[in-house]
Amino acid sequence: MNFMADKDAHLGKEETRRLERIGYDASEKERAGSFIQQDSDLLLRKTLHEDIDVMGVEEALKTVPDAASYYGKAFAALGREYPKETSGGYYIRIKAGKTVLFPVQACLYLKKANFKQKVHNLIIAEPGSKVYIITGCTAHIDSQEAYHLGISEFFVGAGAYVNFTMIHSWTRETSVEPKSIAIVDKAGVFISNYICLDPVKNITMYPTAVLDEMSTAHFSSLMVAHEGSAQDIGSRVIFNGRGSSAEIISRAVSLGGSVTARGHLKASSPDIKAHLECRGLVVNEKGRIHAIPELETEYRDVDMSHEAAIGKISKEEIEYLCSRGISKDKAQSLIIRGFVDTNILSLPELLKKEIDQLADRTLKSGL
Amino acid sequence: MDNSLKIENLTVEVGGRVILEDLNLEISPGSTLVLFGPNGSGKSTLIKAIMGFENYAITHGKIVFGGEVINGLSTDERAKKGIGVLFQNPPKIRGIKLRQMVELVTRRPAQEDIFVDKLNVGELMDRDLNVNFSGGEMKRSELLQVLSQRPKLLLLDEPESGVDIENIAMMGRVLNAFIREHAVASLIITHTGYVLDYVDAQHACVLMDRDIRCYDDPRKVFEDIRQFGYEKCRTCRGQ
Repeated sequence: MNFMADKDAHLGKEETRRLERIGYDASEKERAGSFIQQDSDLLLRKTLHEDIDVMGVEEALKTVPDAASYYGKAFAALGREYPKETSGGYYIRIKAGKTVLFPVQACLYLKKANFKQKVHNLIIAEPGSKVYIITGCTAHIDSQEAYHLGISEFFVGAGAYVNFTMIHSWTRETSVEPKSIAIVDKAGVFISNYICLDPVKNITMYPTAVLDEMSTAHFSSLMVAHEGSAQDIGSRVIFNGRGSSAEIISRAVSLGGSVTARGHLKASSPDIKAHLECRGLVVNEKGRIHAIPELETEYRDVDMSHEAAIGKISKEEIEYLCSRGISKDKAQSLIIRGFVDTNILSLPELLKKEIDQLADRTLKSGL
Repeated sequence: MDNSLKIENLTVEVGGRVILEDLNLEISPGSTLVLFGPNGSGKSTLIKAIMGFENYAITHGKIVFGGEVINGLSTDERAKKGIGVLFQNPPKIRGIKLRQMVELVTRRPAQEDIFVDKLNVGELMDRDLNVNFSGGEMKRSELLQVLSQRPKLLLLDEPESGVDIENIAMMGRVLNAFIREHAVASLIITHTGYVLDYVDAQHACVLMDRDIRCYDDPRKVFEDIRQFGYEKCRTCRGQ
């Protein structure tokens, strides 16, 4: 693998179009770094801020002395195995005590037909640092029965803050399996925003955050399942320290596809606070949503709650909008767009507008 | 401008039950009719039937607006013809802001709409429609939306219910000015009669037993209802 590609990547028209759909900003005006991997080739890696390192994970393992000690560590912490036959992935690291407000952007792009892209990412936020990351995964329209496996290990140091936004925009034939674990040290904050509004064949993911004392995790997801899509998507938080807290929020819309919306809060320590909220909207008769919220603890001194609600679009709401002169189709898409509420995401101000416009565009063409 | 509403021999069923039967009603161009009636008599049903809501089946009769039979039109087409509704209990819609509604209706930035200031709804503009709105906020939001449509015919379903006295006065003045300025025709449902203090209504009638019972001066009808209750309407005035 070529890991010296830190010049500008030359992207074709289709690539540029696909990448823009996942929040990639080619101008890099408001980015602290960029990374693009196509299939197993590194196309671009660029650091635009002195407090951040962005490179391919293989390069990091060769050149950064302690990188290898992190590799696989999150899985080991949970006693889990992980697929070893990966090629590529990104390494993002922010220096202790430093705050970088512009997000780092990383893209994983599937181009070859029937290709199996398998990456292993490492994200290290040293103690007291603060970083925003936007990562997008997408596939070329002709990639056919392609497969993407994305392993991500996050290490959020003591008092550090990681705000991670992931946008998926696949094709109807792509199968996707992200496997993510975040290890959050004392008083650290891990925020995960997940957005998947385009068709996909199937996605199975259950990212997990492991929280130390006084730390926080916040998972929020916006999902639209088109006809033929099967999405089994959840978030899990394991509380290993007193005073830790978490929130899992999801909105799932089925336009004929199947959604399994999971959430698991496991308090392995007393004095924790956690809430899980899952709302589903079934628009099409063929659609299916299965919400599985789980709360688990052996301690009495915990405050854990969940709420789940699934429904269809109410006729009353449609007719109300129609009575203002809005057509029935437009009313329906307004309600769906409103339901896919980007405000549930914990986005930095900088990305809020971008993500909103992205959702507008994607839902406009998808409904 | 012909913004008259004529309802001829209208029968409306909801879920197979006859709610309005052979009802006749007329609002001449630019005039205001107040509709009284006991709870559950079908006043809101009449408004929803005029708007063409799906569960309100018209099994007989005609609705004529501006000289045109509108029975066959969809709800949004009726709105586009110039019929605007203020709902008594509008639904909560998450993710849709009041600002968005005004902009969708007017196709202009909401801050340009004069009624945003007049109705003092600035702080409601970026909130989800009717979510956690107080009674008064909901009615001001409704009035803003319906006036931003610049309708020719206003259907107001209890515009003052849940609104404090001060805001009733403010809404009443805005409403009356709009009706006068644009020679709007209107149908106003009221229980309290407060709206009569602000809007010049020429006629009133009572809806009970599935039909209209009387036409008369609004204050006279309201005074009678206050004194004798709706039972009297059944015997004293007839049709």
